[in-house]
Amino acid sequence: MKYLTEFRNGEVAQRIAREIHLVATRPWKIMEVCGGQTHSIIRNGIDQMLPAGIEMIHGPGCPVCVTPLELIDKALAIAAQPGVIFCSFGDMLRVPGTDRDLFQVKGAGGDVRVVYSPLDAVELAAKNPERQVVFFGVGFETTAPANAMSVHVAKRRGLNNFSLLVSHVLVPPAIEAIMASPGNKVQGFLLAGHVCSVMGYWEYPPIAEKYKIPLVVTGFEPLDLLDGIRRCVIQLEAGKYEVENAYARIVTREGNLAAQKLLAEVFDVTDRAWRGIGVIPKSGWRLSDAYREFDAEERFHITGIHTEESPLCRSGDVLRGAIKPAKCSAFGKECTPRHPLGATMVSSEGACAAYFNYGRFISADDLATAGAGLTENLAEVAHG
Amino acid sequence: MAEKDAPDFASWSCPLPLVGYPAIVMGHGGGGKLGNELVEHLFLPAFRNPALENLGDAAVLDLPAGRLAMSTDSFVVQPLFFPGGSIGELAVNGTVNDLAVSGADPKFLSASFILEEGFPLAQLAAIVESMATAAATAGVKIVTGDTKVVERGHGDGCYINTAGVGTLRPGITVGPHLAKAGDVILVSGMIGDHGMAIMSVREGLEFESQIRSDCAALNGLIADVLDAAGADVHAMRDPTRGGLASTLNEIALASNVGIEIDEPSLPVRTEVQSACELLGLDPVYVANEGKVVFFVASNAAARVLEVLLAHPLGRDAARIGRVTAQHPRMLVARTAMGANRVIPQQIGEQLPRIC
Repeated sequence: MKYLTEFRNGEVAQRIAREIHLVATRPWKIMEVCGGQTHSIIRNGIDQMLPAGIEMIHGPGCPVCVTPLELIDKALAIAAQPGVIFCSFGDMLRVPGTDRDLFQVKGAGGDVRVVYSPLDAVELAAKNPERQVVFFGVGFETTAPANAMSVHVAKRRGLNNFSLLVSHVLVPPAIEAIMASPGNKVQGFLLAGHVCSVMGYWEYPPIAEKYKIPLVVTGFEPLDLLDGIRRCVIQLEAGKYEVENAYARIVTREGNLAAQKLLAEVFDVTDRAWRGIGVIPKSGWRLSDAYREFDAEERFHITGIHTEESPLCRSGDVLRGAIKPAKCSAFGKECTPRHPLGATMVSSEGACAAYFNYGRFISADDLATAGAGLTENLAEVAHG
Repeated sequence: MAEKDAPDFASWSCPLPLVGYPAIVMGHGGGGKLGNELVEHLFLPAFRNPALENLGDAAVLDLPAGRLAMSTDSFVVQPLFFPGGSIGELAVNGTVNDLAVSGADPKFLSASFILEEGFPLAQLAAIVESMATAAATAGVKIVTGDTKVVERGHGDGCYINTAGVGTLRPGITVGPHLAKAGDVILVSGMIGDHGMAIMSVREGLEFESQIRSDCAALNGLIADVLDAAGADVHAMRDPTRGGLASTLNEIALASNVGIEIDEPSLPVRTEVQSACELLGLDPVYVANEGKVVFFVASNAAARVLEVLLAHPLGRDAARIGRVTAQHPRMLVARTAMGANRVIPQQIGEQLPRIC
């Protein structure tokens, strides 16, 4: 229970915030990579405790958001097949594909189930030998070890009715893609603490060196985040660009070596499409040849599905910090949390959804343009 | 309470033996002898009261002159029995609470059962007994009812619908549209217990200490508050599905006011908070079945809190926020960090997060 109190101490938080105010002399744009960090920043109102010039840009680290539309459509196609038990983490169920979501597939008779671990799905496969059990394995390096373990266990147990629909993505190539993109505004990063707990942070010093940016390994509690921001601002003010570990109680430089060994055995690095961003070279994992038989895409022959993202959506620009959500012409109009067009409106912690739901973040000007949609949506929700 | 958590179906025996059926068959809903036996041997002994005993097509009720409140609700919870209650208690307390938060004294309920072929009679009996106990505790009478049976595979064991009538207390005007800027908001106790109790059983999550549903009839507690400060209570609502956040958002919309809550003041059990952390849920969105939120004039807030704290169902009551003319139709929480966050309406149910 300590973590629920000690790392949420309001007085200590105010103290760190005051220190940030003292050291910050210029405006800085800092990106928190991970969706969990964005959630905590908004949940606790940390962005409001910062000096006006320190802007947090919500990064692409929400697996729900960045999973491409095409893969969602593939998931929907598999889940709708008779005899399939389609398992997923809870928040993927609401992510819309081209014309429906997993909830609707379930409503139409598909056997879609929320599980809390991919190993639960393996157990389902063992208990239902006559059914095909598929787990929707999305996420960053954080969720990868458990997904890798699921196919590892399935192979060991000879469960040939289990498969994985994989769309794993990796943080370092995403950071490089953001830094290399034209119009990039990000000047420093809070690295995702839980990704680093698996992978360590040995991959990042070359990135810090190449782009001359500070990278701070940061946790998820309010004090962790404030400390990460503080360290990042101190480096920026001093013109430093180092990899720093502000989450040492969890993260080591080497990371979890046993997990890394398993990941290397089960996955191969591959190019991946990111919703709203496009294909980033070598930015993801697919099942290695040794585990190819557990690849749901091949087992269900759904390679023919190709989906284009909405041309209106500017979520890629939002993710790069190039524009604010309300500057997108579709924001609050064609694109709302109920009918999202792109990555950043999909999850409640996506930047666009956060702007939409938490209206106070929107300036008066932005509100004027987005206001109609906002009010409509509230009324729609209220009247069910 | 212990026996309520795990009904002893094995040793249950009907007060008057039913003819050899251990489980519901289609005939129990057929209007013939089997159906009559259910009424005579199960429903009547459990709910016994003069209005029910007539067994007419409708119950005939004596009610004082004045305005009536009426409400109905259907109950489809799974599992049927959970730590701290059962579908039977929910069915009675849910309708009792809907009447009570409308400012009425609940008097009479109907109870309709939709049973699935094959549903064990012992479970039905345990549900009926829990309804009888809940009705007695709440001081309401179950005066009419119905039973239908659906084929196996067409139901989920047992669904219950209850409807209720109550007499409105004179001089009390409450409603979700009547919250006023300056009102103080109080909640009668710990939030999120029911939802997390159900989720932990349903998903097979094992926590160190068991989370129990808060399922309870609130009419006694609400009557005490109205006796002490009736004219100063502007709005009341039981934050069931969608939790406290949905209720507060609904009232902010209906009354066209802003609502501010002080997040650290929200009463949340450590076990519930921990379970929510684990699953990536927010306790403000988690269902309650024995809590009520009051919007009262600020000069009555201390009095109402005192009354709540003195009641067994209000021991953990707390003052959690206030109504403001700022940011109309929006719920804003002051976080433990001293910052603000907007708590929006949920679009659907809350889902466990990936990471």
